Amino acid sequence: MNLRFTFLLVPLVALGFVTGCASDSSDSEGSGSGQTASLEDCQKGDITTYKDGVMTVGTDSPAYPPYFEDDDPSNGKGFESAVAYAIADRLGFSRSEVEWTVVPFNSSYAPGPKKFDFDVNQISITPAREKAVSFSIPYYTANQAVLVTEDSGIGEISGLDELQDLKIGVQVGTTSLDAVEEEIDPSTAPRVYDNSNDVVSALKQGQVDAVVVDLPTAIYLRDVEVPNSSVAGQFEAPGGDQWGALLARDSDLTKCVNAALESMKEDGTLEEITTRWMSDAASAPELN
Amino acid sequence: MTPPAHPNSTEADVIPGGPLLPGDGGRQAARERARRAKTRRGQAIAFLSSVLVLGGLAVAVFTSTGWPEVQAQFFSVEVFRDSFPGILSAFWIDVQVFLVVEVIVLILGLFVAVVRTSTNPALFPFRVLSALYVDVFRGIPVVLLIYLFGFGIPALELEGVPSDPLVLGAIALSLAYGSYVAEVFRAGILSVHRTQVESGLAIGLNRFQTLRHIVLPQAIRRVRPPLLNDFIALQKDVALLAVVGVIEAYRQAQIDAAANFNYTPLVAAALLYLAVTIPMARLLDYISRPDDPSRGMAK
Repeated sequence: MNLRFTFLLVPLVALGFVTGCASDSSDSEGSGSGQTASLEDCQKGDITTYKDGVMTVGTDSPAYPPYFEDDDPSNGKGFESAVAYAIADRLGFSRSEVEWTVVPFNSSYAPGPKKFDFDVNQISITPAREKAVSFSIPYYTANQAVLVTEDSGIGEISGLDELQDLKIGVQVGTTSLDAVEEEIDPSTAPRVYDNSNDVVSALKQGQVDAVVVDLPTAIYLRDVEVPNSSVAGQFEAPGGDQWGALLARDSDLTKCVNAALESMKEDGTLEEITTRWMSDAASAPELN
Repeated sequence: MTPPAHPNSTEADVIPGGPLLPGDGGRQAARERARRAKTRRGQAIAFLSSVLVLGGLAVAVFTSTGWPEVQAQFFSVEVFRDSFPGILSAFWIDVQVFLVVEVIVLILGLFVAVVRTSTNPALFPFRVLSALYVDVFRGIPVVLLIYLFGFGIPALELEGVPSDPLVLGAIALSLAYGSYVAEVFRAGILSVHRTQVESGLAIGLNRFQTLRHIVLPQAIRRVRPPLLNDFIALQKDVALLAVVGVIEAYRQAQIDAAANFNYTPLVAAALLYLAVTIPMARLLDYISRPDDPSRGMAK
């Protein structure tokens, strides 16, 4: 390979960025989140879905409790599985007309046509993310929680400042990392793992003193995955951590998913689903 | 007496009656004109073909319907500006790990290669062990090794064994690349003809001195290109430390990508790796160019 070819790379990448400038400004237009259509206009016959007559719902694999049970989204068990079926039901899709598809978190925001109608994967709504995708109105607001093992010697804590000198583990891509950096600001850089299994291993093996995860996850880990652990406390993530269904940017379906969620909020269905699957969430002490 | 014709010369080149003189007129000038024309034609074709191929690719990519979306998602100036400083400072970890691991790998690889190529009967068990080491560590994907070391060793709860994922990951990288480099060195040592060893012994050097002063200098000189090749690969594989929780450039880019739902930070990290690996690749080209007098190959 000749030196000249190396220099060719530089303008090519630069070209990508320069031609990118022009379209950057058009990205930040409203993505349709927050708008709601009337539920009557959103029934099966009126709306276009990825597959005709079928509501295709995405989530990552493995699907973790308490959001899904038995790694099987289609059994209707678990918080997000129940929410997805309820949304589909409001839009006129029966249980058998809902299909699940695996959408890894990192590819949920890839450019190009989406292979699902909406994606439920504990995804936090943020303004930066709304430039790339559309979100429904939130269906859950998650607090962050600190999970510790009993060996760590950290039992009861009363404030976030007590966590400053701990080694903290989080999962990559989650808003928990922002929460740790902004609310705790630990003296050693947090360790960032690929998935929640690795976060749990690191905690069990004492590579980290504490992990910060969404509160429902923390409670599930405490009860099932990590023996002798406790939830030391919960705190509000910066900006509040609201989860929404993810849709393609400017998807026409966003308004309809919003309409379904609105009606579920109005008649108490959403609250019922939330208490059924995430009932323990209020029991951890508040930290600030 | 006519000088012997050059083997490549054609009938027309052989001028009877004496060598070519500067004032010999038309023929040589015509040949040079023809050669220049050929070069010019070649350059023109290369230029035209480059414009067609690269231009065609550029047109195909930049006019595709998905391009504006891809641009916004992979080449956003705004996201690049915001994420680059953080990725750059995380990249410093990659550079540090690389520099330390590279030295360990060189020493370890050379040691294993020397043991494996030794002929002393007393060293037989060590030869077996080094062969086993190379087989095992060369055969396991680096990412798996790092994962196993990073999560497995702390689980043993041994006293005095490091539990820092950065250290454990660096050890796993050293062991993996040590096995590759051991094989490179071994190839170099085996390429030195056995008469070189015999000559060394004949002039009164002992086995070690022969190795040190005769075999290794020739062996190492010959394997510099594959060694550098492995170092380029090592430089990239430092990114694998991310799996055990180390925030290096790739992991930092991944974090920024997930926060913004935009892949530009990954492009930024890729550029940083290129900024190191491309100069190394050029150095490799320089070292392995065929007319390099410093190669010191016997003619």
